[in-house]
Amino acid sequence: MKQYLLAVQFDESAPAPSATELQEQMARTGKVTDEMRAAGSWVFVGGLLPSHATTVIRPGNGTTTMTDGPFAETKEQLGGFWVIRCDDLDQALSWAEKCALACGCPIEVRPFEDAQGG
Amino acid sequence: MDLDSVFRAEYGRCVATLTRMLGDIGLAEDAVQDAFAVAVHKWDEPPPNPGAWIVTTARNRAIDRLRRESTREARHAQALLLHHPKEPEEGGPVRDDQLRMIFTCCHPALSPLAQTALTLRLLGGLEVAEIARAYLVPEATVAQRIVRAKKKIRDAGIPYRVPEAAELPDRLTSVLTVLYLVFNEGYTSTSGELLRTDLCLEAVRLARALAELMPDEPEVIGLLALLLLTEARRPARVGPSGELVVLAEQDRSLWNRELIAEGHELVRRCLRRAQPGPYQLQAAINAVHTDGPATDWAQVLALYDQLLQHTPTPIVALNRAVAVAELHGPAPALAAIDELDLPGYHLLPATRADLLARLGRTADAIAAYDEAITLATNDTERTFLETRRARLELEA
Repeated sequence: MKQYLLAVQFDESAPAPSATELQEQMARTGKVTDEMRAAGSWVFVGGLLPSHATTVIRPGNGTTTMTDGPFAETKEQLGGFWVIRCDDLDQALSWAEKCALACGCPIEVRPFEDAQGG
Repeated sequence: MDLDSVFRAEYGRCVATLTRMLGDIGLAEDAVQDAFAVAVHKWDEPPPNPGAWIVTTARNRAIDRLRRESTREARHAQALLLHHPKEPEEGGPVRDDQLRMIFTCCHPALSPLAQTALTLRLLGGLEVAEIARAYLVPEATVAQRIVRAKKKIRDAGIPYRVPEAAELPDRLTSVLTVLYLVFNEGYTSTSGELLRTDLCLEAVRLARALAELMPDEPEVIGLLALLLLTEARRPARVGPSGELVVLAEQDRSLWNRELIAEGHELVRRCLRRAQPGPYQLQAAINAVHTDGPATDWAQVLALYDQLLQHTPTPIVALNRAVAVAELHGPAPALAAIDELDLPGYHLLPATRADLLARLGRTADAIAAYDEAITLATNDTERTFLETRRARLELEA
């Protein structure tokens, strides 16, 4: 088994969805997460607040500095993510397709460095 | 048969089989190369079944090598070898290592160039330099793409299997492109002799296997028909002293009637379905070329018009211009290719040279032949162009 990160690329410059739209979106992504649980593929899921709430700590000269905002000031930011466990990339990609349709955002699929337990 | 031709013929098959046994393409390539290194010392004459010898030796070499190593991948591969010593686990409807390999190499998570480069390298046994010439890209780019693609297959967990029925249609487009390019590399090699018959036959074999797997995909049938109708003319394509013979001058009695009949039947099957696509249209064009004693150029041009709508590429436009010249004369054809941009592609100046010569513009034609001769990478094609050029100089 391998583990994959399905990262949601969220466009912060896009107009905010209405409350109903947001609710529908949450319902759709929640359904995908439930499907993952039922299939035994689910490891973790989390939605993130936008970059206004983000702080970066950088190391240097044995100490650290603190800055407001995300690593890069781009309009695409990490909006949330799933961690899933499956046999191969094809399975991960088919979950990612469901996630992309559910949340309406691009999904980046990245394998974890080491498949836990082989 | 010398070792070089054994390598050409068996490399792809052996790597595909070893990849199934070892679960890793890189390990499989190393093992197959080890086995060929052993063959250099051991063979006075290749054994009756050189492929089987290479697979067995590669497998034993891989076991030795893996026992010495203690990485996680090595232990995993060793376990695979010991638990599945001979028979593959069936991951799809087709029991064919090479087909499994082609779907892995053509996985849509890989870039298009990486897909084809990998397939030509792993299934066709082509050198990086040959692939680079076929694609008109620098050698270093191809080498880098192949390394990165193999790394991604391993690290991202791209499976080594034929996709399940539901995924198959999506995976097909890139597989068809790759088979088409493998055949083309065999039909007009990028270097050395004109033909690499082994590649042509391999592409036809893989296309047949694919058509058996997906009999309801019109483009799969179209590709098989196209390859068969082109392959059928191969015996007439090279003259007695190895020189290139163009379609119009070919001895049609040398064409393979059986393949032509099979190709025509497949084209008719496509027509009945009425879902035309680029491969079916090219197959139809070749069906016209191989129908009766001479080509019906009006039909060919109509088909090229359709093809250009489906795939508006400069290469299709160039081929269409050849039909224009046959039907309406060289002047409109020359006008049609005037704007085309195909850097490094020798057939553009070669076509222009032929049209200029027909218009009596000998000096311009000679200059265009010079350009084509510089760009041609295949000895036979270069000789053909030089002969044409020399004939013009005599007339001038």
